[in-house]
Amino acid sequence: MTIIKQKNDLNESDVTPYGVYQQRRTFIKAGIAMAGLSALPSLATAKLSLGKIMPGQYSTDEEKTPLKDITSYNNFYEFGVDKSDPARNAHKLNPAPWSVTIDGEVDKPGSYTLEDILRPHALEERIYRLRCVEGWSMVIPWVGFPLADLIKRFQPTSKAKYIQFETLEDKTQMPGQRRRVLEWPYTEGLRMDEAMNPLTLMAVGLYDDVLPNQNGAPIRLVVPWKYGFKSIKSIVRISFVEKQPVSSWMKAGPKEYGFYSNVNPGVPHPRWSQKRERRIGEFRKRKTQMFNGYAEQVASLYTGMDLKKNF
Amino acid sequence: MSIARIKMLAFLLCLLPVMVLVVQFFQDRLGANPIEAITHETGEWALRFLLITLMATPASRLLGWRWAMRLRRMFGLFAFFYACLHLAIYLWLDQFFDWPEIWLDILDRPFITIGMLAFVLLLPLVVTSTNAMMKRLGKRWKKLHRLAYVIPLLGVLHYWWLVKADVLEPLIYGVVLLVLLMMRTTGLQGMFYKVLPGSR
Repeated sequence: MTIIKQKNDLNESDVTPYGVYQQRRTFIKAGIAMAGLSALPSLATAKLSLGKIMPGQYSTDEEKTPLKDITSYNNFYEFGVDKSDPARNAHKLNPAPWSVTIDGEVDKPGSYTLEDILRPHALEERIYRLRCVEGWSMVIPWVGFPLADLIKRFQPTSKAKYIQFETLEDKTQMPGQRRRVLEWPYTEGLRMDEAMNPLTLMAVGLYDDVLPNQNGAPIRLVVPWKYGFKSIKSIVRISFVEKQPVSSWMKAGPKEYGFYSNVNPGVPHPRWSQKRERRIGEFRKRKTQMFNGYAEQVASLYTGMDLKKNF
Repeated sequence: MSIARIKMLAFLLCLLPVMVLVVQFFQDRLGANPIEAITHETGEWALRFLLITLMATPASRLLGWRWAMRLRRMFGLFAFFYACLHLAIYLWLDQFFDWPEIWLDILDRPFITIGMLAFVLLLPLVVTSTNAMMKRLGKRWKKLHRLAYVIPLLGVLHYWWLVKADVLEPLIYGVVLLVLLMMRTTGLQGMFYKVLPGSR
């Protein structure tokens, strides 16, 4: 039985009612305040600090997109469908405290605080190209660590063929979820070898600082050779699964968005060409590169595969 | 207010969207992707003016705003004006006059095909918009200008097929268009127009 099936065994009534959950949070916060603990940095709403950041491998030396553009032009439908909506609405998201559930075909499942997740990892800067499926691109200096390192820690079983990610689902923090534009929670996935590729990054910051909420705080995925929507934001669940996950975009448009969604100028979106892109800040369009210019690192993952079929 | 003044005022108001865009462009207030912003804005204004044009008759009959009929041609021509800007931006800033690529786009992508069709269908209406042409074509003029019902439909589809997931905005334009068209079908005409004394 798959993970997804098991989830369906739960009834709506099994879920803690939101009101009760809220009361619990208030109760816990009150308790913390009474105990005089709220001043402790590691508790409650302390902002994540990144500490030392090493320069990482695979960085491009292309001109970086200005921070202002990276933080004001976002596709993050959880905060609204307009690209200016996330910058306006993302303050409603509270990224601390944060926890991530790790489950499925894995030896060490559980719910881990963000601090637990980050503790053993050295953070590095990776300046990556980002190519949106809509035909624009940016160059972003991410701060993070390889997903492969995280996967090794939690020890997936031999049955783990894919990895599935979920974004937070919470209408009060993410007002865009009040309308079902996509199937919430936002879901994405990678094949295990894609996830283990050294390019694949878990990002917690950009431009040497913690991630702004509209860019997927506090922790997100960055897969630079795939269209931007694969790089799921504000992750609360990482599941190791046997079957290929079905992403939110695959559900929204099965003929338009495939599981792989590799950047490929030779395979057009059914409704528009992918041959060229507009780099934000540039006037002329530039040619889109195969695998977004990362063919050297990732082309071998797909040898023998028909990339037109496996779009 | 005299009709000449109303026309003058309407003309300036119709120009306002493009003037706002120009100012915003030079003040760098169109966001990270200004070319995308002006493409979308001019396209939306073309669609809006197509719908405004269709509102002239009901406004005159239902609300008694006779001057609306006198502005109908201007609204239609402004729809064409914004459609021209929209198309010019696509040809220049999106495709950089790469004609083979543009031709492929028109053939391959239904939303471009239909947008281009809408633009082409506007041309005969613009050419026959003068008083002299109205006289010359007589009854055929009315028939030809029924294209004004078809073109916004193509415009709504053009928008609908462009969006990735959220069709709310094209849906709103579609509903407005549907209401405007329903007011004209013989079966429902009475429902909308009967209430007005002496309006026929």
